[in-house]
Amino acid sequence: MEIVSYLVYLVASVCFIFGIKKLSSPKTARQGNQLSALGMLLAIVVTLIDQRIISYELIIVGAIIGSAIGAVFALKVQMTGMPQMVGLLNGFGGGASALVAFAEYDRLFLGSGEFEISTTATIVLSILIGSVTFTGSLIAFGKLQGIVTGKVVKYPLQHPLNAFLLLAVFAAGVFVVINPSEIEIILGIIAVSLLLGVLLVLPIGGADMPVAISLLNSYSGIAASMTGFVLANNMLIIAGALVGASGLILTMIMCRGMNRSLMNVVLGGWASAGSEGPAPAGSSPKGQVKSVDAEELAMLLDSVSSVIFVPGYGMAVAQAQHAVRDLMNTLEKKGIKVRFAIHPVAGRMPGHMNVLLAEAQVEYDKLLAMEDINDDFPNTDVAIIIGANDVVNPAARHDTSSPIYGMPILNVDYAKTVVINKRSLNVGYAGIDNELFFYPNALMYFGDAKDAMVKLTNELKQM
Amino acid sequence: MEGLDLLMHIYVFVLAIFVGFELITKVPPTLHTPLMSGSNAISGITIVGALLSAGLGEVNISTILGTIAIVFAMINVVGGFLVTDRMLKMFKKK
Repeated sequence: MEIVSYLVYLVASVCFIFGIKKLSSPKTARQGNQLSALGMLLAIVVTLIDQRIISYELIIVGAIIGSAIGAVFALKVQMTGMPQMVGLLNGFGGGASALVAFAEYDRLFLGSGEFEISTTATIVLSILIGSVTFTGSLIAFGKLQGIVTGKVVKYPLQHPLNAFLLLAVFAAGVFVVINPSEIEIILGIIAVSLLLGVLLVLPIGGADMPVAISLLNSYSGIAASMTGFVLANNMLIIAGALVGASGLILTMIMCRGMNRSLMNVVLGGWASAGSEGPAPAGSSPKGQVKSVDAEELAMLLDSVSSVIFVPGYGMAVAQAQHAVRDLMNTLEKKGIKVRFAIHPVAGRMPGHMNVLLAEAQVEYDKLLAMEDINDDFPNTDVAIIIGANDVVNPAARHDTSSPIYGMPILNVDYAKTVVINKRSLNVGYAGIDNELFFYPNALMYFGDAKDAMVKLTNELKQM
Repeated sequence: MEGLDLLMHIYVFVLAIFVGFELITKVPPTLHTPLMSGSNAISGITIVGALLSAGLGEVNISTILGTIAIVFAMINVVGGFLVTDRMLKMFKKK
């Protein structure tokens, strides 16, 4: 019987691998996700017939509550709320791993009282990573939902404190491995790990959330893997490692998209980051900006042949994706070629803009990644920026004193005309002026993204 | 878990990380959000451990923690796969 279980676990592991493999194309992605879900179902069913399970009451209660909450979340969440949703799910995954590890410890503690060194060590690691993921994700969720401040939070002795707590956990971990029956120490490790999660994510600013969410995603996988070590189950190890690798790759892509090291993001990043409002004193405006209204802009667009949209977090905040789609359709009816340029860190999580535009029924082959479209801006008549700022700031290319110097940007300024839709001239996340606004080929189109796009579409339709 | 067993699990872990890297580098940026929510659901695999903890028959700290872990893991699994499916349904080509 045990052999059957392990064979089914192997099949489930293969399902996860093929499930992720099928995510390499949008055509097969849905099928891939269903394959992963099938793998999960197999794993659950074969575990339920395990002889060690004697009673099903608690299992049924837990499964019904969890499934109901999960289903409600999944069906109710709006596409703009996806970063929060993923943040929250990361947290539950990490929390579950920590709980399982502690339950296993408690079972051994009450039972034989005998601990293998490797078991205790992996229990400690699972508890540490799982607990940090749990509270860290709750803070990330709070920041994205607006419950916790999205600004960079600094507190006294931030780095020494975190380093000390982490060292304390490791020291306590070593102690427990040597003296495994010291349950108080384990409880202490749990408490400090939970605190660490809060302290580590709190300093990270709103626009750095893509990195934080990706990293927490990775942690939730590693935590599952560690639980696999505790239970000596290869399927958990494999599934967790896949997720851990996935989160890590996304983290690296996000960091590269901002030209920053992981340490820089995790330790609280840009000095003035997250300070919204007018540019700080001392940064002098570089002349006058040219502003246009919907009618003038419609006249301009009526005579062009190619347009590239550059969406940013502002589009998500204003829920403007459907209005942008309408504008796209109107432009296309006039024979204008329309595409979208997506910066890797646009929005609050990897791929955020793509999901919003997919929701608005923009075909995915029109959404191009930065490296695929950046050379096309010089041959483009109009680039329309909707709620993006730092990712189109040309200072990143030439101003060595700028905090964003070296960050890869979308070369919107090479287009014949750049239209920037923004609510005001306020600075972006990096807290710096955007010289693009003062360029001779730049036109400011002020207003809320949704209203502005609706007005522009109406003007265009009347022509 | 004996030393050699542990080593075998480490083998599996390391090799799985390499498989993960190979697979995930081929996922296009347009699918990065579904990748995250989908892989998230996979990390709910801890449910297996939770089921074993909660089903031991007695009611004690271990089984209660196991039950809470089931709730957490099921939120992760059901929520993750459903929301990913909802998203992937929307990705269309002309």
